Amino acid sequence: MAHRSHVLVCAGTGCVSCGSFQLGMALEREIQKHRLDAEVQVVRTGCQGFCAEGPVLIVQPDEVFYCGLKEKDVPLLVQEHLLKGRPVSKLMYMPPAAAAPVPTLSRIPFFAKQKLVVLRNRGLIDPERIEDYIARDGYSALARALTEMTADQIIQEIKLSGLRGRGGGGFPAGIKWATCRQAALHRSVEPILVCNADEGDPGAFMDRSIIESDPHAVIEGMIIGARAIGASQGFVYIRHEYPIARERLGKALVQARECGLLGQDILGTNFSFDIEIVQGAGAFVCGESTALMASLEGRVGEPRAKYIHTVEYGYKNQPTNLNNVETWANVPLIINRGAEWFASMGTGEVAENPWNGSSGTKVFSLVGKVNNTGLIEVPMGMSLREIIFDIGGGIPHGRRFKAVQTGGPSGGCLPESLLDMPVDFDSLTAAGSMMGSGGMIVMDDHTCMVDVARYFIAFLTEESCGKCTPCREGLRCSLDVLQRICDGTGEDGDLDLLEEMGGVMQDACLCALGTSAPNPVLSTLRYFRGEYEAHIRERRCPGGVCQALIHYEIVAEACDGCHACVNVCATGAITGQVKYLHLLNQDLCIKCGACIEACKRDAILRV
Amino acid sequence: MARLTIDDLKRMRDAAAPTLTLRTGTARARITVHMGTCGIAAGARDVMAALLREIESQGISDVIVAASGCAGLCSQEPMATVEVRSMAPVKYANLTPERMSAVLQQHVLRGEIVAEFALGAGCETTG
Repeated sequence: MAHRSHVLVCAGTGCVSCGSFQLGMALEREIQKHRLDAEVQVVRTGCQGFCAEGPVLIVQPDEVFYCGLKEKDVPLLVQEHLLKGRPVSKLMYMPPAAAAPVPTLSRIPFFAKQKLVVLRNRGLIDPERIEDYIARDGYSALARALTEMTADQIIQEIKLSGLRGRGGGGFPAGIKWATCRQAALHRSVEPILVCNADEGDPGAFMDRSIIESDPHAVIEGMIIGARAIGASQGFVYIRHEYPIARERLGKALVQARECGLLGQDILGTNFSFDIEIVQGAGAFVCGESTALMASLEGRVGEPRAKYIHTVEYGYKNQPTNLNNVETWANVPLIINRGAEWFASMGTGEVAENPWNGSSGTKVFSLVGKVNNTGLIEVPMGMSLREIIFDIGGGIPHGRRFKAVQTGGPSGGCLPESLLDMPVDFDSLTAAGSMMGSGGMIVMDDHTCMVDVARYFIAFLTEESCGKCTPCREGLRCSLDVLQRICDGTGEDGDLDLLEEMGGVMQDACLCALGTSAPNPVLSTLRYFRGEYEAHIRERRCPGGVCQALIHYEIVAEACDGCHACVNVCATGAITGQVKYLHLLNQDLCIKCGACIEACKRDAILRV
Repeated sequence: MARLTIDDLKRMRDAAAPTLTLRTGTARARITVHMGTCGIAAGARDVMAALLREIESQGISDVIVAASGCAGLCSQEPMATVEVRSMAPVKYANLTPERMSAVLQQHVLRGEIVAEFALGAGCETTG
């Protein structure tokens, strides 16, 4: 029999810490007492967005919102509203008398479409106060993992959740943990735990923000991981350029140690584990697992071949489990709320095999030509269109969307035709890009895709460590060809050469920096080949970016001779009398674009 | 701080609740200034300093001022969340020291939301 009424009890973090679980159980008991259980069902929901007045609940279909409930309110609520159908006004939320015309966050798409799991505490707690984190149920997952679960149970829970590495590779965390534990047991060597906070992608700031807003979540995840894998020593490898994140993490470690949550005999359970912060020196390649470990040991940060995995022989040849900041921050929630809850978000049936889909949420930094730049968290599988147009608010100045770059410099550019693609690990890889750590750069129609590819290849050329030839020479050679195309001296055959070189790099490079480096070129060639051809055959840059291929013109009909452009032109290329048509001397023009900005009548064109 | 046991964790959680949710405490309001790198770069420190100055000069003692991380909408920092007892929390965006003190005067002390600077009311959805 269908229930006539549903009681939606908020089970978001805020309400849970105000006792919504106890409230739910009291409701169920009371409903049972009145023999209403066949008619009324109690449902636990995610956060309903009014944490300040929690615990809150909604009675459907009446749409009555109750807040600030206590267990002692339950008998009255059940008897009056659920039994007799009379809403209890003294328990309802009373909006302030003068309702101001301010929208609720749930009506602002930027907030409404997001689902905060990793970022659950963002903007709510003071990251420098462990008390705040504990007040939001912090370290309760650790208490559970230490007292109620065996190491194998923890690993099994992570496996069933389908959690895949958030640093870019998307390797299932449960499998990695199990392998590392096995290797350590097999060789009777102490395993090591590492948190990768060497976030280096241009335009990416997910990990920085997670550490800045909630450092204890990362620490708690690592302690749980250490318990599962059997480690007693851990490192956070964080880049030097993140001073605030580093400072807050350092304070958090001190607090956790003082509280006995790190160090010897954690929470009185005999388990010991401690974490040390190690600063990176600003090399992009040190985000790569083997290079990171070399750097941790104090050697030059260069990768090595990985036919022997770091989970077996990593830091100082000890079995080493490396996960990224966001991956660790997911762990406490999976332990607290269960694998099933985590797997219910995202795509695919991951319980049998984590490779079958992408569960949970993903944090993205949304930047570039998009109205709402910022840090967002969405369930896996949301379409690019929803992310860019609903959450991001579309493209500024009424321009057209052209491409979105995902996955950092080694990711790819995806065109408009793929906007409805779900964002998950496997769809992105199939489209020639990748999830990466979650940078998302939106580009409008004033972007030249050849120039974008040139920019990323130039970045990677700078950052290539130079150890293996395909990466070192392949990148340099690709950059030369791309530069030539941008300079207007591209030749037939250049595109074939780029493709061939990309293929060799994908096959032969030592580490993932090299094998994924051709992605910006190959993906733009795949989706924007016409633009490359326009550069080479027609000597034209459709995006109007490549300096050698554009020039400026004054539109005679529109120019009113206001002289604004003459005043800003640094080289005297524009001449003319006030109130008469101005002229532009192409030989003197350095194409700086100052005149376009100065002109109020759109009388200057970039062609 | 003393070493914790599991029971201490639960006790601390309950004890810290009043500073996080106004329902259980005695404060009239809680103002959270979002101090991520983005917020600080956009001037959150000035906003925070102005707020503390105002509170001190007016002798207000029942308002909790807290710092927190980025609120997500980096393009509209500095942001602050104002929670007045028994009202939905309101997020303010693009704040300046002057705007922050206007919000303190009008929203916190008089209970009228400053619609001009307000971004939206309510909290974000957590999983």
